[in-house]
Amino acid sequence: MEILMAILASILFATAIYNLLQKQFLRIIIGTVLLSHAAHLFLLTMGKLKRGNPPVLVEGVTNYTDPLPQALILTSIVISFGVTSFLLVLAYRTFTLNKSDNMDELRGSSDE
Amino acid sequence: MSNLAVLPIVIPLIASVISAFIPKKLGLSRVIAKLFALIFLVYAGYLAWVVFTDGIIVMQSSGWAAPFGISIVADYLSVTLVLITSIVTTAAVFYAPSSLSKLQESYYFYTFMFLMISGVVGAFLTGDLFNLFVFFEVLLMASYGLIVLGGGKVQLRESLKYVLFNVFSSMLFVTTIGFIYASVGTVNMAHLAERIQEAEQAGILTGLAVLLFFVFAIKAAIFPLYYWLPNSYIVPNPVVSALFGALLTKVGIYSILRMYTLVFNHDVGITHEIFIWLAMFTMLFGVIGALSTQNVKLIVTYNIIPAIGFILMGIGLYSTSGIEGSVYYLIHDMVIKAALFFLVGALVVAAGTDDLRKMGGLITRYPVLGWLFFVGSLVLAGVPPFSGFIGKLLLLRGSLEQEEILLTIAALITSLLILYSMVRIFVRGFWGDTVEELPEGQNKKVRNLTIPAALLLAISIFLGIGAEFIYPHVETIANMLLDRTEYINAVLRE
Repeated sequence: MEILMAILASILFATAIYNLLQKQFLRIIIGTVLLSHAAHLFLLTMGKLKRGNPPVLVEGVTNYTDPLPQALILTSIVISFGVTSFLLVLAYRTFTLNKSDNMDELRGSSDE
Repeated sequence: MSNLAVLPIVIPLIASVISAFIPKKLGLSRVIAKLFALIFLVYAGYLAWVVFTDGIIVMQSSGWAAPFGISIVADYLSVTLVLITSIVTTAAVFYAPSSLSKLQESYYFYTFMFLMISGVVGAFLTGDLFNLFVFFEVLLMASYGLIVLGGGKVQLRESLKYVLFNVFSSMLFVTTIGFIYASVGTVNMAHLAERIQEAEQAGILTGLAVLLFFVFAIKAAIFPLYYWLPNSYIVPNPVVSALFGALLTKVGIYSILRMYTLVFNHDVGITHEIFIWLAMFTMLFGVIGALSTQNVKLIVTYNIIPAIGFILMGIGLYSTSGIEGSVYYLIHDMVIKAALFFLVGALVVAAGTDDLRKMGGLITRYPVLGWLFFVGSLVLAGVPPFSGFIGKLLLLRGSLEQEEILLTIAALITSLLILYSMVRIFVRGFWGDTVEELPEGQNKKVRNLTIPAALLLAISIFLGIGAEFIYPHVETIANMLLDRTEYINAVLRE
């Protein structure tokens, strides 16, 4: 199961990087979204995937689900959600002011 | 007692929340910002005094003992950097009203600024790797707010690139934390340090160490990952540039200093050897960038990069003089970078342009600004007896002790070229023929902009001349970094 998840995460990473290297804003932002999904999936896998185990609620349990990766993912999801929405607004403002959503046309020159 | 450690994070946060409610009442929010900056300054000084007399203070949040809870650790290095951060913050608060337009100031400048300070201080104080990521995000989110403030065409364009780079490196950071958690089973730094010594698969850990280094290298702008820095740091207002230049890249290099002395020192032959090479290229390429341009803001911005190279050099050497030099240089550079960005901001206002070719003869009208700039250049380049000299002396001694001849030569050439790049601004901008069309009526504004910079410069000169007072503290910090037992015992065994 872990191996399947790792392969899935790696596919997501690959797709994300491909999208990040595109020139259009929207594709790049989709790339960052996919990248965060890949990272979160990866974090989940790293805590070992077990089914049917209880969380740590009472003392003395020996077989339990590790709560830490879930706490980490929850924090990270909130952050990447906020960053993505900010990125969308920023990209929209940049597009309206610069009249272009192509990274090639937004290189800038030295004499501005 | 232990709650002392968390207050430096809370004070700017409170200031940030209060000023979020009164963005349009500029007079009031300025007073509140100054008040909180001064409280923060006094408190940071007090905390530094307590920690240096009584030892490391650790706060285990919600009473969860480490390594299960999040530890906030006020050790010698963190409190020193918190103190310097508070000094820079105070200067920035006094500089901001003259530098920003009323509109920019009322669009939540103080909210974002204090939020960023809170994140920076949190990153310095945290003892938990994932918490470090969270504080990185706090300071980055606030910095996104600051960098788009004003929202010009060029500014938005460069901000977008800045945001994209940071999003990428943050996700790399999370992934690396996932790897580390899977292979070692903890994210508490002190616990990591212990576990890594006992771990058997050292190869994987070295790989993770290099991966984590890449994350911090993007934030700290180390060769070859510095290309996002220059353009995105010149587009915002000078006060924002100063905060970024003095604090943000330094958080990256601080993380490297912390992680690669405390945690990842099991294979110094590989990781720290890489640092030495990268430090060399970072210094040289950074200073070449500074020489390549005629834009005064860009010259100062490019000078951030060789400073990072110097600090990385000491970490790579990993000896007593190397680490002492890094710590000294880090403290020195935070103050002088802020001062120089402030002075360049004043210079651009005085000259009405940021193009060095269109400047000249400013010394007749602004003698104080001119000479302050000259002294600032000498401090930055490390001319004795100023503070840059002492840091560099320790670093060069460390590199000669280990017979890194190439590194020593690169460092010396870089110092010389830094001096050249800065003095060029002085010679071309302040001396030379007077340009006719100097903007009128800027005298008062320039004076208001010069005062905070002069205060920072005075502190910076004190760091050099008062070396006899500063050096024992730097020695304490370096000893703590090299002998990790004090830190580990403070976090895990109390």
